[in-house]
Amino acid sequence: MRLNIEALNDAKELSGLENTVIEISHVSKQFGGFKAVDDANFGIRQGEFFSMLGPSGCGKTTTLRMIAGFEQPTSGEVRLDGKDVSKVPPYKRNVNTVFQNYALFPHMTVFDNIAFGPRSTKAPKGEIAGRVKEMLEIVHLADFAERRPTQLSGGQQQRVALARALVNYPSALLLDEPLGALDLKLRQTMQLELKRIQREVGITFVFVTHDQEEALTMSDRIAVMNAGRVEQIGTPEEIYHQPATVFVAGFIGVANLIPAAVVAVTGDLATVDAAGHRFGVPVTDESIKPADSAVVMVRPERLHISLDRPTGDLAAVEATVEELVFQGPVLRASLRTAAGTELVAHIGPEDALPMLRPGDRLWASWVLDAACLLRSVDTTAETALVS
Amino acid sequence: MSAVVGGAKKQREQYGTVTSPAGKLGRFIINLFAAGGLLYLFLPIFVIVAFSFNQPVGRFNAVWNRFTFDNWLHPFADQALVDALLLSLKVALLSTAVATVIGTFMAIGLVRYRFKGGGLVNFLLVLPLTAPEIVLGASLLTLFLAPTMLLFNISFSLGFATIVIAHIMFLVSYVALTVRARLRGFDWTLEDAAMDLGANPTRTFWRVTLPLITPGILAAALLSFALSIDDFIITYFVSGPSTTTFPVRIFGQSRTATPPQINVLSTMILLVSISILAIGTLVSARRTKRDSA
Repeated sequence: MRLNIEALNDAKELSGLENTVIEISHVSKQFGGFKAVDDANFGIRQGEFFSMLGPSGCGKTTTLRMIAGFEQPTSGEVRLDGKDVSKVPPYKRNVNTVFQNYALFPHMTVFDNIAFGPRSTKAPKGEIAGRVKEMLEIVHLADFAERRPTQLSGGQQQRVALARALVNYPSALLLDEPLGALDLKLRQTMQLELKRIQREVGITFVFVTHDQEEALTMSDRIAVMNAGRVEQIGTPEEIYHQPATVFVAGFIGVANLIPAAVVAVTGDLATVDAAGHRFGVPVTDESIKPADSAVVMVRPERLHISLDRPTGDLAAVEATVEELVFQGPVLRASLRTAAGTELVAHIGPEDALPMLRPGDRLWASWVLDAACLLRSVDTTAETALVS
Repeated sequence: MSAVVGGAKKQREQYGTVTSPAGKLGRFIINLFAAGGLLYLFLPIFVIVAFSFNQPVGRFNAVWNRFTFDNWLHPFADQALVDALLLSLKVALLSTAVATVIGTFMAIGLVRYRFKGGGLVNFLLVLPLTAPEIVLGASLLTLFLAPTMLLFNISFSLGFATIVIAHIMFLVSYVALTVRARLRGFDWTLEDAAMDLGANPTRTFWRVTLPLITPGILAAALLSFALSIDDFIITYFVSGPSTTTFPVRIFGQSRTATPPQINVLSTMILLVSISILAIGTLVSARRTKRDSA
């Protein structure tokens, strides 16, 4: 019996249809001559915390507004629970939004704000009060029902906005940079709060943010967007360790990007010439061929610093120390290779090193798996970045 | 909170007494100046009220004779004047109601949506305010009397209808401009939020947009009502011989007689306006207090 259920779950997982709540199917959105969203194509699964991450103007909010129904796609389809809703107005879609500025109704009490949804959707009268109370308890605001939004703190207003959007039991909750207006400390509390509430209600959360740390902390999966295009979709680990593009690598965390010439590709390992050295790099992008120019990406905390050339199966480049900054947990060393590429290394307390000074020559090395090989930004992508 | 307010108050007092550049004489001059300004503003009103208690000599209530309550005991003695006031009230109520609805929707349309010709409408809106009333009155009269293609060759007989039409015409501008000013700061994502929660556009308007802009609409309606009651020039052109509004009646009568009832009725109108103003101030003060408590 148990086996059967597992098999069934696996089948669902594989088909990807049963548990996909929102499908963005080749969706583009054009505002006049400006392409805000360019052929976005992905699905969001039941119960997951999905983030759309990118700089301002990357199309993440436009995509969210198309899911909510405030914008209609120029081409493509938005499907909700399997049905095409591209032309359905917001008030007939079973998704709810937490707005950036909360958009609480100032002329209504907290209770009436939350009850607005069920009252509008003609929920049975006897049910409404119970549902509102349930939501107030979930967001820990049970004693605030008769207050007005102006009498609440920013964090409390945020919770009311959340309760108001959840009370309709939507298929998905859309959050448009909801933590943007809060100070850092409250932000971090609310991040955990949001995760707790999401676990408690089990509803799919679609979260828009430009803060990569926030996305990494909270999400099950992240879609990284840039200039209207989805650059990569994956778990926080995948996106951090195996960025698909140079943009993703640079946008999430700090990345060392070393220009390289591909010498040979054998299976999933490429041999490259970079910064005056030859070494191996794991490669997942099958379009990368010998003689291509590419970029080697290594995270600063994966760089190992030594005074002598390291031995063993490591990739290593020689560099000069330019600057040393003590940052508490780590010492940040800015290095420059002979070819002029800048590198950043995070040196932890366990790395036994003599006193370093700017101008010292040393070796930066890493285990082969720590790096990945990315396509160079081609000219078209570069113009997109500039515009 | 109260400590902070108290501190601010203390500070203000200090500035008032210690660091004020004007000495005792300076402050006396400033107060005198202020009193003169207020006197200038309120003397005419005071005269109107005072002369409602005068026992006039002859037909003109222009020279102070002696104090009496007679006029207030018989405020409706002059039947023609009462009829004129009633007509003014009817005109004001009807034209305010119509102008408020039209003007409010115009304001919402102008602020909420971008459309071709929006700029032109914004410009045309101030024309009835800036054009001399005498010009508007004369042109309306021509329009009503001479059948033109513009009005499908219908000619109007001057009376209640023409007065109301004329008043609506200029009141719409006042309402639209007043409401538009209030809408400039309106947070339109509230409408998005309402629709997102399942409210259709009708429910969104009645439950969210309208309640929030009601103070602006009320202010516009009160202004319209006052302007309509008060209007003389345009009304003088478009009113017929048997339809005389309060201001037109007073003007027409003033050459032959000014009964003290004019002062009594005027004082009554004044009292009503002051009461409405006071209620409005009290309500909004209480609301601010409740919202910030």
